[in-house]
Amino acid sequence: MSTLSEPPKQSFHMGMLLNDTRYRGYTFQFIALLALVALFGWMVSNAVANLAALGQDINFGFLSDQAGYDINQQIIPYESTDTHMRAAFVGVLNTLLVAVLGCILATIVGVVVGVLRLSNNWLIARLMSVYVEIFRNVPVLIWILIVFNVMANALPSPSTFRGDDATASMLLGAFAFTNSGVYLPLPLWLEGSIVVVGVFVVSLIAIWALRRYARHLLYSEGRVIPTLPIGLALFVVPTLLAFFIMGRPIALEYPEMGRFNFQNGIQVRGSFIALWLALSLYTGAFIAENVRGAIQAVSKGQTEAAASLGLRPGRIMSLVVLPQALRVMIPPNISQYLNLTKNSSLAAAVGYMDITGTLGGVTLNQTGRSFEAILLLMAFYLAISLAISGIMNLYNNSVKLKER
Amino acid sequence: MSTHPDTAAFVRHDALPPQDPPASEVGMVHWLRVNLFSSIGHGIMTLVALYCIYALLAAVVPWLVNGVWDADSIRQCREKLDGARGGCFAVIAERWPQLLFGNYPSEHYDRASLAFVLLFVAIAPVLFFDLPRKMLWFTGLFPFIAYWLIWGGSIWVPVLALAGVVLGFFVYRALAGRSFFGAIIAGIAATMIFGFVMLGPIAGLLNSVLNISLDPVESRQIGGFMINFILGTTCIALSLPLGIALALGRQSNLPIIKTICVVFIEFIRGVPLITLLFVASVMLAYFLPPGTNFDLILRVIIMITLFAAAYMAEAIRGGLAALPTGQYEAGASLGLDYWQSMRLIILPQALKISIPSIVNIAIGLFKDTTLVSIISMFDMVGMIQGPILSSTEWFGVYWELLGFAALLFFVFCYGISQYSQYLERKLATDHH
Repeated sequence: MSTLSEPPKQSFHMGMLLNDTRYRGYTFQFIALLALVALFGWMVSNAVANLAALGQDINFGFLSDQAGYDINQQIIPYESTDTHMRAAFVGVLNTLLVAVLGCILATIVGVVVGVLRLSNNWLIARLMSVYVEIFRNVPVLIWILIVFNVMANALPSPSTFRGDDATASMLLGAFAFTNSGVYLPLPLWLEGSIVVVGVFVVSLIAIWALRRYARHLLYSEGRVIPTLPIGLALFVVPTLLAFFIMGRPIALEYPEMGRFNFQNGIQVRGSFIALWLALSLYTGAFIAENVRGAIQAVSKGQTEAAASLGLRPGRIMSLVVLPQALRVMIPPNISQYLNLTKNSSLAAAVGYMDITGTLGGVTLNQTGRSFEAILLLMAFYLAISLAISGIMNLYNNSVKLKER
Repeated sequence: MSTHPDTAAFVRHDALPPQDPPASEVGMVHWLRVNLFSSIGHGIMTLVALYCIYALLAAVVPWLVNGVWDADSIRQCREKLDGARGGCFAVIAERWPQLLFGNYPSEHYDRASLAFVLLFVAIAPVLFFDLPRKMLWFTGLFPFIAYWLIWGGSIWVPVLALAGVVLGFFVYRALAGRSFFGAIIAGIAATMIFGFVMLGPIAGLLNSVLNISLDPVESRQIGGFMINFILGTTCIALSLPLGIALALGRQSNLPIIKTICVVFIEFIRGVPLITLLFVASVMLAYFLPPGTNFDLILRVIIMITLFAAAYMAEAIRGGLAALPTGQYEAGASLGLDYWQSMRLIILPQALKISIPSIVNIAIGLFKDTTLVSIISMFDMVGMIQGPILSSTEWFGVYWELLGFAALLFFVFCYGISQYSQYLERKLATDHH
């Protein structure tokens, strides 16, 4: 015997595709898919027709042709006789360099400013909000241009370092800040330097082990051992000893004034520094807001509880508040890192040769392969974005509050 | 019975008059001690901060005060300054039309300015709910008026475009009783068909009957801050509905629709805006039928709108996810279908939750409109970098120009963010 609530048995008919909620979803999806395929087909057929009319084809062969242009800042050796592929790779490394250094500096700036913005010191807190508001509300492109012009106009030109009556002098005899970039000493790795580096790495591991041991003692026996002096000694002494025993195998090659410009040492281009500083300060302002929000999200009871346990303000911040705030601030900071990486493509504005400047700039203009170059460019940024968000999500999962 | 006077040497019988608090606990001194010099560390930080402020002011104030506002070139500026430290603001005094309007014909600045002023009239009822709702009619008309004022040409083009929209609205109204979604699609389709097929011939016909037109202005003449403003407002306005659609698509339980939306959103969010602008400037033409040639500004608007829509979608998705499931279930239990419950229950609440993120995206988008200078469009930054700084008169006047640009953007972006805070306070329905 059938109950009243049992649905009436109906055979399927075509009208149900539109009127029955069980089947309507399929109809809509089918139509959407059809429309999408039609759109793509239309676009592809247009592209084929247009390319045929221009006598072009889609061909990535240009990547193995000779590039024929110079790149002023390069991490790996590159000559203008190398291929476009290699030029693009140099650009990729330049992008990654500015993105990684930018993320590091932006994090430092952001955390410091975010914490200081909540300081009891009225003046400091106000100054930090002014910084955040100014940087957040002006386009990053304008910041990049401003910092670039500070570098180019406010710093002395290399020629002022020359001669006996030089008006500018090098900092500590090793660093020269000029309007064409910053000159740094280049470390020279002589024979035996590997031993020094090895000792240094071992001492780092020893410091890590010491901290683990100290924490173990603290948790199991409640004893506190002074890790800071021992750690500092471990950090400095063995490496210095190895350095002198091996006969000073690491030397610094200082930049020197040549006839026209500085020679030796490392030259860091002004365009790189401008881009790096501007991106870091800009993104730092956003990270500062995330940090402030995250700290304020930690309930005040936590701070009071820590204070009533007798912790000093600095330790309250580092042991109680920041670890809890970290969880809150990671997801929004991931998107800030992604933004910084994507904004690094503005390098074009100051002539820093990142991937947009090489593959999307000179290579595109020289070969006229706009289709292929832009596709590769997009694929690269997409891969980078997915990689960063993947890595940061892994990290996020590892610090996330483990709930039942 | 012993009383106090017997055992104690001195007993006061009347209360002391209240004294003023110590000087260190009131007024300026107290405030300074608590807020600036509460400890040695804070004292040092305060002094360092004071020194930084002093150094900054010492550099900026003379530069502003001594600034030259009246000169023909940077050389004349330097002569007038005569070695003193000062800005050469004459460049702004002389080139402000270029900075604001680009190469827009100077006799028509009043048209562009009128459109700019009307924008605020049009946007006011959207921003402030206390204003009479009838003003929204003007908001609806504004895009057509602004187009006509800025680009000029025959009045019949915007009028017929408006007629197309009205037609689409009537189609929607006629079908809305049957299916909301179908009605929307049909309405848009009717507008598009009218716009693409019938607009041109009818406009030509009407033009021959009655010719009312303004001097036409070409898109490449439009530039300066004006283009940042056009791109910013248009793309924000267009990306909001698209973003809502994408967010709903991403939340829907139809797998194909969901996949399409996810792929689109993640792709757009994974690439920099610059690459999308490259697409607009060199690649988009390939994907259109041979011989189509449409305006660079329109191509850029399309790409920036797609870009912004992906971010809007994520902001709105956050709002949708933040709603308790009970709200969805309540809609279903009232017997509302998907579109009804979205329109009447879910979206009003979800959009309210996402206001802060939507405003942040709007500010970001407005700032990002400066990137069009990289594809050689002469927006504010493009104007500064191109024609002005490369002219012989003003070669090397960076600070004044970039500072002016930064100031303009700051005023607008800061204004928007202050408005968003006002809106959040106004819409708060909880009682904290």
